[in-house]
Amino acid sequence: MLPGAKRWLLLAVAAAFLVSFFSAHYNRYYLGVAIDVGINVILAVSLNLINGHTGQFSLGHAGFMAVGGYTAAKFSLVLSPHFAAGMPPSLQPLFFFIALLLGGLMAAVVGLAVGVPSLRLRGDYLAIVTLGFGEIIRVVFQNMDSVGAASGLKGIPNFTNLFWAWGLAAVTVFTVGCLVNSTYGRGFIAVHDDEVAAGAMGINPTRYKVTAFVIGAFFAGVAGGLYAHHKQFLSPTGFDFMKSIDIVVMVILGGMGRTAGVICAAIVLTLLPEVLRGFESYRMILYSLLIIGMMMARPQGLFTFRRGFKTVGG
Amino acid sequence: MTWFSQQLINGLALGSIYALIALGYTMVYGVLRFINFAHSDVLMLGAFTAWFVAPIVARIFPPESFAGALAVMIIAAAICAVIGMVIELLAYRPLRSRPRLTVLITAIGVSLFIEYTCQHEAVFGAQTKPFPRLLPQKDFSVAGLSVNSNDILIVVVTFLLLAVLWFIVQRTKTGTAMRAVAFNDQAAALMGININRIISFTFGLGSALAGVAGVFYAMRAPGIEPLMGVQPGLRAFIAAVVGGIGNLPGAALGGLLLGLLETYAGGIPGLSNYRDGIAFAILILILLFKPAGLLGRAQVEKV
Repeated sequence: MLPGAKRWLLLAVAAAFLVSFFSAHYNRYYLGVAIDVGINVILAVSLNLINGHTGQFSLGHAGFMAVGGYTAAKFSLVLSPHFAAGMPPSLQPLFFFIALLLGGLMAAVVGLAVGVPSLRLRGDYLAIVTLGFGEIIRVVFQNMDSVGAASGLKGIPNFTNLFWAWGLAAVTVFTVGCLVNSTYGRGFIAVHDDEVAAGAMGINPTRYKVTAFVIGAFFAGVAGGLYAHHKQFLSPTGFDFMKSIDIVVMVILGGMGRTAGVICAAIVLTLLPEVLRGFESYRMILYSLLIIGMMMARPQGLFTFRRGFKTVGG
Repeated sequence: MTWFSQQLINGLALGSIYALIALGYTMVYGVLRFINFAHSDVLMLGAFTAWFVAPIVARIFPPESFAGALAVMIIAAAICAVIGMVIELLAYRPLRSRPRLTVLITAIGVSLFIEYTCQHEAVFGAQTKPFPRLLPQKDFSVAGLSVNSNDILIVVVTFLLLAVLWFIVQRTKTGTAMRAVAFNDQAAALMGININRIISFTFGLGSALAGVAGVFYAMRAPGIEPLMGVQPGLRAFIAAVVGGIGNLPGAALGGLLLGLLETYAGGIPGLSNYRDGIAFAILILILLFKPAGLLGRAQVEKV
């Protein structure tokens, strides 16, 4: 990214804080949708690092989101009796931050465990294996009594606000953007373009793929934590294959490997179902047609108009 | 021992269904080198075709007769074959020269399109529908085991179809052309083989098998709904990989193996909750230790 990227990050976080400061005055419904937008931007941009920049088609992003969400929610639920017992409320943001971090780290650990074996595979196989791991994660949560098993986890404190959602979305965009445009990050793009050639140039493709996977999983976990403290309820069925597809559609629509496009797509695809409330039953049909149409007509993504030198994709 | 044999019978029936579906995956992978995600939905459409056709057939043939069941089966297979060919023609043929990832994503899109269109109220609706009885169902008890007549029929018909498929692929001119396209499509084209026709035929053949499998699956399931194909489809795909994708005997073997393993695991109390995860665990183990599959040959990638 540009040398001034840090300035943009600070600006974005400050803007998020400023907007969030007045959130008591906003319509609660719009506020909820705005937080959803932030969470989806994190999910889409983090998946874009894996699917877009590194070119490893993963279908299990919802699984990592589930790991992060459950971890963070459990942490908050264990701590909340202490707050009731007189811990100063000013410490609450700190603990929320720790909860999110813990969720992210846990997702990253699972990402590592999933990534090392599965990233030896390519293309179709990888897609199926990640789908499989996503399903396994869901099945495990469904049978885990400590997190409510199939009936879900209830009563999660409502910590997520606009500042956290948008601020962390800005952090995610900044981190992924800087990473991909760094010297190290060229490796991701090299692996995407030609694995064999990248290997011949001294880049270890597996290592780069696993790195992308772990970082992507980390941010998915953070998004999961935000989601848990926003909806205040987690159920294993909310993290099924369809959730992964939702995120994949955002990446495809935005253009794989194009951060700005993916952010646009995440925003549009979060708002669209809200606008089209009456057409709920057509939403998924529209999504599927969109995927097919995009692949036939514009495989580079809807929100991409210029093939810049910074991003490489196809 | 009784438990063991009982599960063996159930597992063989389930495994036969997986084998039929897996053959479709593996054949398409053989000629086009991509996973046809929509295959599991063709299976579902086969079951729904049978659901529509069964009442009409029952007017012509005596109800619950073999002739009637056979007619339903043939119609379902034929319609599925046409659907498979149409999918290939409309969605995959325009993308044949594109990167494989593009085709893969399109296949996912086609699969979602079929599933959600069928779930819409105006088409089939999302609720489960009871599947009509095609054949009289009898439970035999042999040496303390209860054997369902439908299960026996499924196993027998599957093995007959496998024999027919083997004949088509190994002994007919079209089958030889299929193997040639799978081996090297450009060289096959130079030898005067019409590649489009062969790929279309492969899709038709695979989809017909999926249609039959769909009817079988519906016969064993409590009812049919638009997402019914997803789980058997995934298992069958795993079966194809376990056996070695692109390898026909491998797909049949993998299907039977997976059906048996799943049935045995489902019978063990602690494991039955994790039944959905077992197939994927097997897939991951196979890919780690024998990526080419049980019967597949490892290929060295040439640059």
